[in-house]
Amino acid sequence: MFVASVIIVFCLFLSAEKEAKTNYQMLDSNKDSLKLEAMKRIVAMIARGKNASDLFPAVVKNVACKNIEVKKLVYVYLVRYAEEQQDLALLSISTFQRGLKDPNQLIRASALRVLSSIRVTIIVPIMMLAIKEAASDMSPYVRKTAAHAIPKLYSLDPEQKDQLIEVIEKLLADKTTLVAGSVVMAFEEVCPERIDLIHKNYRKLCNLLIDVEEWGQVVIINMLTRYARTQTFYGSDEDEDEDEEEKEKKAETPAMAKRKPYVMDPDHRLLLRNTKPLLQSRNAAVVMAVAQLYFHLAPKAEVGVIAKALVRLLRSHSEVQYVVLQNVATMTIKRRGMFEPYLKSFYIRSTDPTQIKVLKLEVLTNLANETNISTILREFQTYIKSMDKDFVAATIQAIGRCATNIGEVRDTCLNGLVQLLSNRDELVVAESVVVIKKLLQMQPEKHSDIIKHMAKLTDNIQVPMARASILWLIGEYCEHVPKIAPDVLRKMAKSFTNEEDIVKLQIINLAAKLYLTNSKQTKLLTQYVLNLAKYDQNYDIRDRARFIRQLIVPTEKSGALSKYAKKLFLALKPAPVLESPFKDRDHFQLGSLSHLLNAKAGGYQELPDWPEAAPDPSVRNVEVKDSVRAVGTVTYRDTGALWDLQGPKKLEGSESCSSISTLNLIRPLNLSFLYSEQSSEEEERKHQRKTKQRKSDSESESDEDEESESESSQSESEESESEAEVKKKKKQIRKCSFHANVYQPSLYNWALVSMTLHLVLCLQTIAPSSALKNYELLHRITGEGLSVEYCFSRQPFSPDANMVAVQMQFTNNATADTKNLHIEDVKLQSGMRVKEFSEIELLPAGETATAVMGIDFCDSTQAANFQLCTHTRKFFVSIQPPVGELMRPVFLTENEFKKEQGQLMGMNEITEKLTLDMKCRNEHTIVQRVTTAANLSRVPCGSDKECRFAGRTVSSSSLVLVTVATKEEGAAQLTVNCEKMVIGTMLVKDILLALTQ
Amino acid sequence: MIHSLFLVNASGDIFLEKHWKSVVSRSVCDYFFEAQERATEPENVPPVIPTPHHYLISVLRHRIYFVAVIQSEVPPLFVIEFLHRVVDTFQDYFGVCTEAAIKDNVVVVYELLEEMLDNGFPLATESNILKELIKPPTILRTMVNTITGSTNVGEQLPTGQLSVVPWRRTGVKYTNNEAYFDVVEEIDAIIDKSGSTITAEIQGVIDACVKLTGMPDLTLSFMNPRLLDDVSFHPCVRFKRWEAERILSFIPPDGNFRLLSYHVSSQNLVAIPVYVKHNITFREGSSQGRFDLTLGPKQTMGKAVESVLVSSQLPRGVLNANLNPSQGTYTFDPVTKMLSWDVGKINPQKLPSLKGTMSLQAGASKPDENPSINIQFKIQQMAISGCTQAGQTL
Repeated sequence: MFVASVIIVFCLFLSAEKEAKTNYQMLDSNKDSLKLEAMKRIVAMIARGKNASDLFPAVVKNVACKNIEVKKLVYVYLVRYAEEQQDLALLSISTFQRGLKDPNQLIRASALRVLSSIRVTIIVPIMMLAIKEAASDMSPYVRKTAAHAIPKLYSLDPEQKDQLIEVIEKLLADKTTLVAGSVVMAFEEVCPERIDLIHKNYRKLCNLLIDVEEWGQVVIINMLTRYARTQTFYGSDEDEDEDEEEKEKKAETPAMAKRKPYVMDPDHRLLLRNTKPLLQSRNAAVVMAVAQLYFHLAPKAEVGVIAKALVRLLRSHSEVQYVVLQNVATMTIKRRGMFEPYLKSFYIRSTDPTQIKVLKLEVLTNLANETNISTILREFQTYIKSMDKDFVAATIQAIGRCATNIGEVRDTCLNGLVQLLSNRDELVVAESVVVIKKLLQMQPEKHSDIIKHMAKLTDNIQVPMARASILWLIGEYCEHVPKIAPDVLRKMAKSFTNEEDIVKLQIINLAAKLYLTNSKQTKLLTQYVLNLAKYDQNYDIRDRARFIRQLIVPTEKSGALSKYAKKLFLALKPAPVLESPFKDRDHFQLGSLSHLLNAKAGGYQELPDWPEAAPDPSVRNVEVKDSVRAVGTVTYRDTGALWDLQGPKKLEGSESCSSISTLNLIRPLNLSFLYSEQSSEEEERKHQRKTKQRKSDSESESDEDEESESESSQSESEESESEAEVKKKKKQIRKCSFHANVYQPSLYNWALVSMTLHLVLCLQTIAPSSALKNYELLHRITGEGLSVEYCFSRQPFSPDANMVAVQMQFTNNATADTKNLHIEDVKLQSGMRVKEFSEIELLPAGETATAVMGIDFCDSTQAANFQLCTHTRKFFVSIQPPVGELMRPVFLTENEFKKEQGQLMGMNEITEKLTLDMKCRNEHTIVQRVTTAANLSRVPCGSDKECRFAGRTVSSSSLVLVTVATKEEGAAQLTVNCEKMVIGTMLVKDILLALTQ
Repeated sequence: MIHSLFLVNASGDIFLEKHWKSVVSRSVCDYFFEAQERATEPENVPPVIPTPHHYLISVLRHRIYFVAVIQSEVPPLFVIEFLHRVVDTFQDYFGVCTEAAIKDNVVVVYELLEEMLDNGFPLATESNILKELIKPPTILRTMVNTITGSTNVGEQLPTGQLSVVPWRRTGVKYTNNEAYFDVVEEIDAIIDKSGSTITAEIQGVIDACVKLTGMPDLTLSFMNPRLLDDVSFHPCVRFKRWEAERILSFIPPDGNFRLLSYHVSSQNLVAIPVYVKHNITFREGSSQGRFDLTLGPKQTMGKAVESVLVSSQLPRGVLNANLNPSQGTYTFDPVTKMLSWDVGKINPQKLPSLKGTMSLQAGASKPDENPSINIQFKIQQMAISGCTQAGQTL
């Protein structure tokens, strides 16, 4: 015991000594540990709110300290006190400027972060420069920090607005998810009125949304709500339901060429579709943001989806419940049906805090209608027994509101409330009186007995509001209770001096009314009351007494007004309307602070009304800037089934991460391109019907991304088909003749027999009927006038039979000639080879040239990357083949096919069951779709239930056998036999896709 | 966005403040204290309080008010959700989120707040990233730090923030690779005094603890996914896959996290595994009341009902309760009038009961309301919703 106390004393002594050593000295020491200790103490002081600004010079010296923790704490200190010590703070700037040039992106970012947080006006130009540089940094993380710095600088010096807007514009065009949230945040703080900056980025933002971090999602969704309100046209509220139905009908029977009154803007639809999955976010703010977006933007029929998610939020912390219930209360007024199925979720729990209970009551009251009122009232009855008196009072109010809104239950409610008048709790009684008063005003003649009952209550009830209400009632309806009223006045006159002011005023009123209707009995009483009031302490009461006396007691001096006294006092008063305090709150954007407070908060952006006429949707069209659209890409969260289509990447497991990142980067470009394409089509209105149909299709199915991609390529090919109807025949002939050439090269001279064989083969194989798919290699914008498209021509590449022929079409859209078109710097996976096309020496302006190159893909879907060079420029491009192009058709007889198939069993056989697409139930379409998906030839078959196809891979000549066996009702079985399993699995998926869509 | 944060304890002292923009004087909290005084219960302080120049948004967790000061329009849920995230992070770091824990670790708290918010806008809120930036304090590390003077701040810079999978840190290595999934379900039911269920719903969460090397890609499937009425996911779960195939496919964060929470609605009849027989009466005139409570298991599929805790808010008139539990212990707090009875395990052969008398305030009239009874219990290895997991693959 003794020893212990000695030790404690010793420790105290030590720490006191340490304390004595000032922070100053510790900061000046060479030891990092001492510095750290000092900084920790200083930060603790800051945290407690103590002033530590006198240490500034000593602290700022350590800004370049090597120890990371010291450095971070110095930053904390600096940001806190720089504003007060501007001159000294400048000493630290050079350190950050150095940091801005650091090769490590995280150091660059943190330097910018601290630099921009120092609120010293003199460094505004430095900050501006740093932000501008960081905005074009290689690293998206640094760009994100730049976006964060923009509002900081803006709040420091609003004059920089114009320059900052330029930076925002630049960052808005950024395609990474990391930046998107932060830059929209900056946009909202600096220039929310510049809605035009969003046009070009709208579709991109919509598509990126799901992958943005959750806080960014909230900001973007709120901004897009406003944007969509101004920029997309939307039919009026009344006929929207019809439109929706009509639209669905249309989708079902496309043949019905009815005139369609309203089509939802595809951009509008895009926004709704992309935000919907976010209702499942774990972040309540995101869910609320989506909910308000749907509430403000979606057609009536679709708003319902948000109800379930909002009800889920009611399970969260009470603060979240509070906010959600406020919003639900507003929504229930406008769209009651939406929440009706969830009525029971709003039942009150005894453990809820009072403010939640009151809000739930509000919602329940709003939801009440003829069908559910009995259950709600039963629930209310239980609530009245609660211990929480505020809540009981609110319940009684709620009952009153239900009674006014729903005529059928008015009597029931009134009876219930009258029963409450005998409640032991005075507050309950008082509240009931007030509510009853309001109810009685609606039909007083029926309920004189209630008025009588209430008159009796004046003896007991002490709550002023209730007494005042009773007196008012008796005065107002004194003709219904002619005997009682004077007696009440008598009692009141007796106790007049002890009453509260509001009660006194009502006593005077009662007296005046009685004097006018029954002056015989009450004349003296009235005069007595008025005399008492004349000498009251409250001047309101004195004034009232004087006024009333002049009005009702006729004297020679009284003016013309006294004639109208009766009219003045006994006028018919309109019944009060009991309505929700949440009525009309929806003119504030839901989920906003302003809505919650029902007052405009600083910086609130009004939610604009729908535009009168449709704004021009073409402002959102974006020029395509990338050539990778041939590659099927998806983002992380979208992946789902499509993920697996990425075949080899996924199978290699550990690599999957890197593949995600590339996918992620590529995808937005793609989609933005796709959508722009779609809507430009729409502008033309040429394929209007087709697009609509497609749109409704894609709505109904969940894999929109994937689908729209394949769809658009489909439609594209269809288009080119129709345009090139004439050419098609020619091509077919060529193709068939090439088949002949490949399969019997030694037997025939192809030039001679091509015609005959063409006929034969046509019969046997039904040559691929759709036109070849064109892929883009280089867009004319990126290529500065030069555009390049390629297709897999499916012809043998004569210099090397192991290569896939790629036919390229060069178009020079520029005004100047392009010279020396050739390939350089080919980057390939091991084993792959490329046979370049011979250099095109001159491509005059406006001209088109074709060339064929050969690529040996080694039977893999790896991309071939190379540079396409002109005499002035080099472009990086890549070609990635779909798996179906990695093979060439072979002709087999039925027996040969069976024999080969027998050898490729077990691991080499992949079987999948599928349901055929509606349009794809006949043999012809199946053959057509399979041959479009893969370069295979048809194998004759005895049974009409089976289609067989055969081919060999181009590089290794491995056999690929495909069987599609059809059964009843569109069920089918797909079998692929191939020695190369990877090819097999990928092919199965491609064909599945082709057959099921 | 968020200007400042004040931490206020139960006795109304501001014990921590942090500013992200210009300093806001702590006198702004006076408005909060006013509202606090007006509110009868601590949880009745309105979450949003307007003041002439600022708005105060507060949450109450662990008897600490987290008061955020904002100046302009911002979705209130945004701030509330963020504040809760801050509390969760503190809990994650210090085990508990109490005033003492925050005061002891004030530097770590400050560093955390600095990383979580930049200029009032959330920056890094994923626990995986934060832990890479600032290592959570452990007893061992605190000792080592005091001796060697090393720090809690991570030496290497976080890379997870830069990847497309921002919730997972890179370069995870374990010698034992393991993954645990806990399914926790709560039934929430309102039962009237005759014992019939007015509303019942099941709220479930799947908490995971995944310790796997590298970048694992997991899938989790259910036997009866249709049961799950409404789900919300951790951001790592792929939506499309769930919508199309009802399979959870995800790259998990490292360590503990909540994979999903779901809701089984009242449409599917919920069987409540416990019943209560009660008889609580107050006689008019006398200052005595009778209290009789019996618990019993019901439809538990043979599983034992454990850790049963019964609590009831008795009417204000009750002065004291003199009860006799057949098992477990009970306490009655005469100030808050809260009766709690720690029952433990329910033995179906011998049902636990709590009987006795309550003494009422003399002269007070009979309380007219019936106290509501809350019961907490645990049943191991049973999901009320009947939701079962079919399998998981890597």
